[in-house]
Amino acid sequence: MTPVPRRVPSEVELVVAGASAGAIDALRVVFSGLVARHPPLAIVVHVPAHTPSLLPSLFSGVCAVEAEDKQPLEPGTIYFAPPDYHLLVESGGLLSLNADGPVNFSRPAIDVLFESAAIAFGPRVVGVLLTGANSDGAEGLAAIHAAGGFTVVQHPDTASAPAMPQAALRRFTPDRVLDLLGIRDLLAEFGTRGTP
Amino acid sequence: MTEDAELELRLLLEAIYQKYHYDFRGYSVASIRRRLQQALGAFGCSTLSGLQERVLHDPATFRALLRYLTVQVTDMFRDPGYFKTFRERVVPLLRTYPSIKLWIAGCATGEEPYSFAIILREEGLLERSVLYATDISGESLEKAAEGVYPLDRIAAFSELHRRSGSSHSLSEHYTAAYGAAVIDRSLRSRVVFSDHSLATDNVFAEVQVVSCRNVLIYFDKSLQDRATGLFRDSLCRKGFLGLGSKESLRFSANSSAFSDFAREERWYQKQ
Repeated sequence: MTPVPRRVPSEVELVVAGASAGAIDALRVVFSGLVARHPPLAIVVHVPAHTPSLLPSLFSGVCAVEAEDKQPLEPGTIYFAPPDYHLLVESGGLLSLNADGPVNFSRPAIDVLFESAAIAFGPRVVGVLLTGANSDGAEGLAAIHAAGGFTVVQHPDTASAPAMPQAALRRFTPDRVLDLLGIRDLLAEFGTRGTP
Repeated sequence: MTEDAELELRLLLEAIYQKYHYDFRGYSVASIRRRLQQALGAFGCSTLSGLQERVLHDPATFRALLRYLTVQVTDMFRDPGYFKTFRERVVPLLRTYPSIKLWIAGCATGEEPYSFAIILREEGLLERSVLYATDISGESLEKAAEGVYPLDRIAAFSELHRRSGSSHSLSEHYTAAYGAAVIDRSLRSRVVFSDHSLATDNVFAEVQVVSCRNVLIYFDKSLQDRATGLFRDSLCRKGFLGLGSKESLRFSANSSAFSDFAREERWYQKQ
């Protein structure tokens, strides 16, 4: 018997996402459906250290910034982790950075962001894991799942680098496995709900 | 679930403060929780309250835990642009002072204070300079005072030193022996290493320069404000404050006390 899929949550306060190889093209699609007052979106994309971050400037039509330490999360804004720092979220709705060592050979690491979101936001967070050629994010997404958050993994067959989605699917069964258009449409539902 | 986790963390930090007088209560919860999570695994504890019991009854466990909570890894001349700005724009103004005092807050194992000492030496100012380098970790301070770094790290430091705008070789500042580099005594003798907590201690000197990098990001907002307040009170008028490459005074209660001096490189000047 196929279990009934979990309903998309009505109250989402934060979306966290992680992507590595193939991230830019994937995020362009995912962002294209966002409504104006979408919940804050915090994202880790693996980028080399010691390079200036160009990420926020690559996306037009959205409000994307490089995350700053103790910056308050605001609706309608996309926050990218800066190169060479981990990005975390605090329960008071603030972003934090830290310079702890690499996790999964990465700084920023997706697991660090996701695990902090699981603890601080529990069932009020949606975690999205996209294309990537390593296994970062699998543990963190499982932590979001365990804390009652809603989890989405890009279908490995549709990912330009399937390893990262596959690692998550080996670890646990997420609420949705979707292609990029499906993820776009799912995120487009947030912000039309919940916000008056 | 989340509330219980919060409670356990608060109780553990309170217990550490009451018993050992190390105050982590104002630290950023997300970051310290991650470090504690790693310690749980290492100590074979399943919960923070389990760890709390061990910490309270066994000082050796606390000392080991302190290593997890204070670990800070950095390089000499990390972010060379920061040091280049210091050399090219701050040093000329420091020349006007008969004696020069710097405070490096959160100095870890000494890489940063020695970077400043090397620049001051290359600019001919070391003889009239004193560098106060402070940290809460006694273990780090001991290592810092020794000034010994493995040669395999020195190669990377040399490249960063060059990119910081130096026309000298880093090798002029250390002696290599047994696979390690020992920072010259003339540099070490200008650095005063001492135990100081930005959470519980106060201003101890008037200085022209404060450098505190990748420390404030571990603090919550009110502890950040306490620390930047100490820096403001310690700096002389027109003194300089340098922060980490992703730290700013933008969300600080003390931002009005400072103006941007070199915005990109995170150098501020006290008004």
